[in-house]
Amino acid sequence: MKVRTVAELTAEGKAPDILFWVGCAGSFDARAQKVTVALCKILNEAKVNFAILGTEESCTGDPARRAGNEFVFQMTAIQNIETLNGYSIKKIVTACPHCFNTLKNEYPALGGNYEVIHHTQLIQSLIEEGKLTVESGEFKGKKITYHDSCYLGRVNDIYETPRQILQNLDADLSEMKRCKSKGLCCGAGGAQMFKEDEPGDKRINRERADEIVETGAEIVAANCPFCITMLSDGMKAKEANVMVYDISELIVQSNNL
Amino acid sequence: MGLQQIIFLLLLGITAYLAFKRYGAVKRNIFLGQEEDISDNKGQRWKNVFLVALGQKKMFKRFIPAILHFFIYAAFLLTQIELIEIILDGLTGNHRMFASSLGGFYTFLISFIEILSVLAFVATLIFLWRRNMLKLPRFHKAEMNGWPKLDGNLILYGEILLLIGIFTMNGADSLLQSIDPQHFPATGNLAVSSWLGPALFGGLEVSTLHFLERAGWWLHLLVILGFIYYLPISKHLHIFLAFPNVYFAKLRSRGEMENMPVIMKEVKSMMGLIPETEADASEELPEFGAKDIFDLSWKNILDAYTCTECGRCTSVCPANLTGKKLSPRKIMMDIRDRAEEVGKIIDSDSEKTKDNFDDGKSLFDYITKEEIHACTACNACVEACPVMIDPLEPILKLRRYEILTESAGPAEWVPMFTAIENTGSVWQVPDARDKWAQEFNANLEEEKQ
Ligand code: SF4
Ligand code: SF4
Repeated sequence: MKVRTVAELTAEGKAPDILFWVGCAGSFDARAQKVTVALCKILNEAKVNFAILGTEESCTGDPARRAGNEFVFQMTAIQNIETLNGYSIKKIVTACPHCFNTLKNEYPALGGNYEVIHHTQLIQSLIEEGKLTVESGEFKGKKITYHDSCYLGRVNDIYETPRQILQNLDADLSEMKRCKSKGLCCGAGGAQMFKEDEPGDKRINRERADEIVETGAEIVAANCPFCITMLSDGMKAKEANVMVYDISELIVQSNNL
Repeated sequence: MGLQQIIFLLLLGITAYLAFKRYGAVKRNIFLGQEEDISDNKGQRWKNVFLVALGQKKMFKRFIPAILHFFIYAAFLLTQIELIEIILDGLTGNHRMFASSLGGFYTFLISFIEILSVLAFVATLIFLWRRNMLKLPRFHKAEMNGWPKLDGNLILYGEILLLIGIFTMNGADSLLQSIDPQHFPATGNLAVSSWLGPALFGGLEVSTLHFLERAGWWLHLLVILGFIYYLPISKHLHIFLAFPNVYFAKLRSRGEMENMPVIMKEVKSMMGLIPETEADASEELPEFGAKDIFDLSWKNILDAYTCTECGRCTSVCPANLTGKKLSPRKIMMDIRDRAEEVGKIIDSDSEKTKDNFDDGKSLFDYITKEEIHACTACNACVEACPVMIDPLEPILKLRRYEILTESAGPAEWVPMFTAIENTGSVWQVPDARDKWAQEFNANLEEEKQ
C-alpha cells in the first residue's frame, strides 16, 4: 500500500481512520525516517487505513514552547489545528513522544481536540486485536534494554505498553538502574536538542550511554527520534557496540517486513 | 495566680504576637505572586492531601529514610495532644487534667506517644549521623552551605531537646505519683517513663524530683514555642505548608505548559481567525514570562516556602547529575530568598507595595541564565518531590521572560525558531516534508516490478 495524504483521500471522497503524524524528525532526519518507514510497513501489514498530512504538516511547536518562545509555538500550533480541523481529523498516531504530548495535552487549550496515541500504543492494540503478530525471530535470547523517554514515560505515564510489545520478541529484557518513573533523560528535551550542553562534567547522553552499557545489552530499544539520536551519539562517543532501535524497527526486523 | 502562671501567660502572649507577625509576613509574601484560581476537583485534591501529605506516599519511594522520617513526624504530631494538657497545666496550675477522666485510654495514649518518641529519638540520631557523617551528595551541594546546613541540624537538636524534656517530665512524674498522689494523678503504667523514671531518678530527693518535673515541663514548652517562632525562617515550615501545597498542586497533565491566552489571541487575530477587537490589539502587549516573584503565581511562591530542601529533585536532575549549574532545589530556595528579601523591604518602607515595588533587583540576581538554559524539561524533579512542588514551572516562566520580553536567549535557538516560522520545520531543509513518502511509494513500485 502506498502512503497517501489526507488531501488525496479527500479528493477521492475518502477519509483515513487514523492520521499518521510524522513530525519534523520523522520527515527530515535520515535516522528517524527509517522509523517512519518501519511504522508505515507495520500499518500496511495490519491493513490500517491511514494517511499523512504531507506538506500540510508543520512542527507541533514543542521545542519552541519549551525554549520559551510562545509566539512561534502558537503560530505553528494554530496553523496545524486549522489544518486538522479542516479535515475533521479525529484520531492521530505519532512516533514522536514530543509531538504526541503536544497534540494530546496542549492543543486542546488552543481549540484542537483529537484522540492522540503514540505508535507503541497503536502497535500493542493491533497485537491485541490479532491484526499483527510479532514473530520471535532474530532477537530470541538477545539481551535488550529499554529506554523510557521522558514525554512518553514520566509525563504521560506510559511505561508498560512498550515493554509488553518487547515481550513478544522472546528476548532477554533487562532494565537499567534508572528506569520507568526514574528513567534518565537522554538530554534532548526542553529544546536542548538544538543547542550545546551548558558547561558541566559530562554530556547527559554519555551518562545514559554508560547506564545502557552497564546492563550488558546488545540493543537498546527506544520510542523517540530524539532519544535515538542522543543515544546513538553517546554510543559512538563511547565507542560502544550497542545498537539503538525504535521498537517499530525491531518488529519490522523480527517479522522480516 | 502563681508566678509560674504569669510567666507562662506572658511567654504565650509574646510568642503568639511574634508568630502572628512572622506567619503573616509569609502569607503576604506568598500572595505577592499573581492570582491563580485553583478551586477545581476538590475530591482529587483531598485525596492527595491524605495520601501524599498525611500518608507521605511519595516519601516511601525510599523506604528507610521514609520510615525514620515518619517516626519523627508522627511523634511530633501526636506530642501536640500532650501539649494541650501542658498548656492547660500552665494556665490553671492543674497537673495532668485528662488522666482521671480518660482512665485507661489516657494510659494507652501517653504510652503510645512515649514509644513513638523513643523511635523518633533513634531516628533523630540516625538523621544527624546521615546528614553530617555519611557524605550523601544531595546534602552537600553548593546551595546547602551556610544557613541551610545549620537549619537542617538545628531542628534535629531541637527534637532531641524536646524528647529529653518529655522524658524528664514524665519520668519524674511517675515517681511523684506515689509520693504525692494529690498533685500527681495516677496515669497507670506508662510504656517508657514508668521504668525509665525509676531507673534515672530513683532515690532522688522529693524536691529534686519536683524540680526535674518542672524543668522537663518548661523545656518541652520552650522548645515548642521556639519551634513556632523559628519555623517561618526554616525549611521546616513544610510541617504546615505541605498540606496546602499538596492540596493546591497542579492536577492537569504534566505535559501541558500553562497556556498564554494573550499571545494565542494575538496570533489568532494575526491569522484572521478572530476579529482584531477581540485580541485587544490597541493595548500594548504586557511583559511576558517571569522576571521577579511578582510575575510568578502565588502557588509557585507557596512551593518555594514549602520546599524541605531535601534535594530529591536535584539528585535526579539530569543536568545536575552531569555537573551543570542547574539545581531545581536551588531554584526553589532562590525564589524563597527573593520573596523574603522583597518582604523585608516592604515591611521596612510603608510606601512600598506589590504594585510599585522596585529595588533594581530581580530573580535573575539569584538565578543565572546558564541555570535555566540547562533544563531538559524532563520532569524528573516534579516526579521526585515528596511534597508535590513543581520546580519546572518557574524555570519555564523565566525562559519565557528571557525569550519573549528580553528577546534574548541562547543564540543557537534562533535558527530553530526561524525555521519553524518560515518552513514549518525545526530545521531549515530544502526537501519537501513528504520526500520520504515519495521514496517509500517509489520503492513499492519497484518491488512490484
Ligand atoms: S525538569 Fe529541568 S530541573 Fe527538573 S530534573 Fe529535569 S532538567 Fe532538572
Ligand atoms: S523541591 Fe521538593 S524534592 Fe526538591 S528539595 Fe524541595 S522538597 Fe525536596
